[in-house]
Amino acid sequence: MTDSTKKDANVVAAHLREWNPKAVAGVIEFRGETTIVVPRELLLATAERCLLDSSLQFNLLTDATCVDRYPIEPRFELQYHLVSISRRQRLRLRTSVPGNHAVVDSLIPVWPGANWLEREIFDLFGVSFTGHPDLRRILLPDNWEGYPLRRDYSTEGPR
Amino acid sequence: MTTVETAAGITKTMVLNMGPQHPSTHGVLRILLELDGETVVNAMPDMGYLHTGIEKSCEAKTYSQVITLTDRIDYLSPLGNNLVYCLAVEKLLGLEIPKRAQYIRVMMVELQRISSHLVWLGTHAIDMGAMSVFLYCFREREEILKIFEMFSGQRMMTSYIRIGGVALDPPAGWRAVLEKFMKMMPGRIDDYETLLTENRIWIGRLKGIGYISGQDAVALSMTGPTLRAAGLAYDNRRLFPYSSYEEFDFDVITETASDCYARYLVRVREMRESLKIIRQAMSKITDEGPIKTEAPGIVPPQREKMKTEMEALIYHFKIFTEGFSPAAGEAFATIESPRGELGCFVASDGSPKPLRVHFRSPSFINLQALPKMIAGQLLSDVIACIGTIDIVLGEVDR
Repeated sequence: MTDSTKKDANVVAAHLREWNPKAVAGVIEFRGETTIVVPRELLLATAERCLLDSSLQFNLLTDATCVDRYPIEPRFELQYHLVSISRRQRLRLRTSVPGNHAVVDSLIPVWPGANWLEREIFDLFGVSFTGHPDLRRILLPDNWEGYPLRRDYSTEGPR
Repeated sequence: MTTVETAAGITKTMVLNMGPQHPSTHGVLRILLELDGETVVNAMPDMGYLHTGIEKSCEAKTYSQVITLTDRIDYLSPLGNNLVYCLAVEKLLGLEIPKRAQYIRVMMVELQRISSHLVWLGTHAIDMGAMSVFLYCFREREEILKIFEMFSGQRMMTSYIRIGGVALDPPAGWRAVLEKFMKMMPGRIDDYETLLTENRIWIGRLKGIGYISGQDAVALSMTGPTLRAAGLAYDNRRLFPYSSYEEFDFDVITETASDCYARYLVRVREMRESLKIIRQAMSKITDEGPIKTEAPGIVPPQREKMKTEMEALIYHFKIFTEGFSPAAGEAFATIESPRGELGCFVASDGSPKPLRVHFRSPSFINLQALPKMIAGQLLSDVIACIGTIDIVLGEVDR
């Protein structure tokens, strides 16, 4: 990793810490990518900060996805990939969601493009998003049972 | 029939089901259209008819086996899918790829971009009523598919780009074949432009149709030619270069009108830029040199070595039986596919099979803007809008 990316990562994390020390639960640097771990209850506020802060300007939510760490708890890890087009920088926000209460705030108020991405996560992982205006299955039929991308959903044999 | 309140007062609207078997949806897209006469009041895309669970299948395969699955996501740009997946795994492993292999990759994905844009142009023209352009585009695409066959043995599902490099050395005589193609193609693009750019029907069907502001496009996470037609020069090849794109000289094409016609102009000009890149890549690719990186246990050894060295034979056996195990972690790689930012997220838990593979498919996310684009437009414009977003349903549904 180059020094400049390391510096960028520190700047973003330091900036968020300055705004709210609780918003940054951890910073992970891996292969030149920066991941900021955000507590679940502060996700929406931190996302808003990432968009609106003039020295961050993460205006494009390029991807949102989920990783199931079953049987480790909290099992779900939501991963949001952000881009600041003007600053040519990428950032990943990560938040953990427990399996027995898989609910998290929707990011549609910040990035309207989160709509279908969140529907896809809901469809395939069964994570719910509070404040989502249209939380329905998107790829699977409405009457499908189970959430196929969960690790305990087997690909073969009876379910 | 439902009663809704519009600006003009209380009217009756009709819900019309378009698709999933509709020729202009280029696959199996279903759109529920709410119409007031011929004007679209609301649109609700419904997809998933082609959902094959590729991301789930990836979790049951070793890292190398996943490559054949990636071909089938965006079936008009399999090389791009191969590349983004390999970039993500290589990032996870921390592999360096030899320059020669990087240039071959660039050349192949740029050829792929031209072939994908040709399919787009041809099918979109046929939707708009211009049959001959379709035939011309497919004639040229055939030449590109022949080049792919020459390089990889496959016309479409190439699986040519592999973890650590590319599958095969360029075949004998490849330069002459590409030279012939490079000589032919610029004139052919001129032909399409002669047929369409000034064509009154073409302009009438596309100009001013499907407008979306640059601000809305970014808010809805749109990328690719649709975003560039709205005036934003967002191109991964320039902003976040991969595979040595920073060494190539090309322009990022933008337009400002942000209508269907602007998207057409962007794609046609992008084909010319791709030709520029291919030309540079051809001169950068040396006749001799490695096509794969040296990474024992990850990249299969050369056939010759397997016959003389015991370690090479063991590595070969291990790679194809149990695979290799990257360190636990996550990596997200992105490329500029013909449709926009194609991303691949790979998470490893330290086992030989990926914990999670996710594809950020540009078609899926760009399609999200369709209701906004077509609200208030005529029913016939819906087809122009679907066409110029350039969706591939294999990628939308995965």
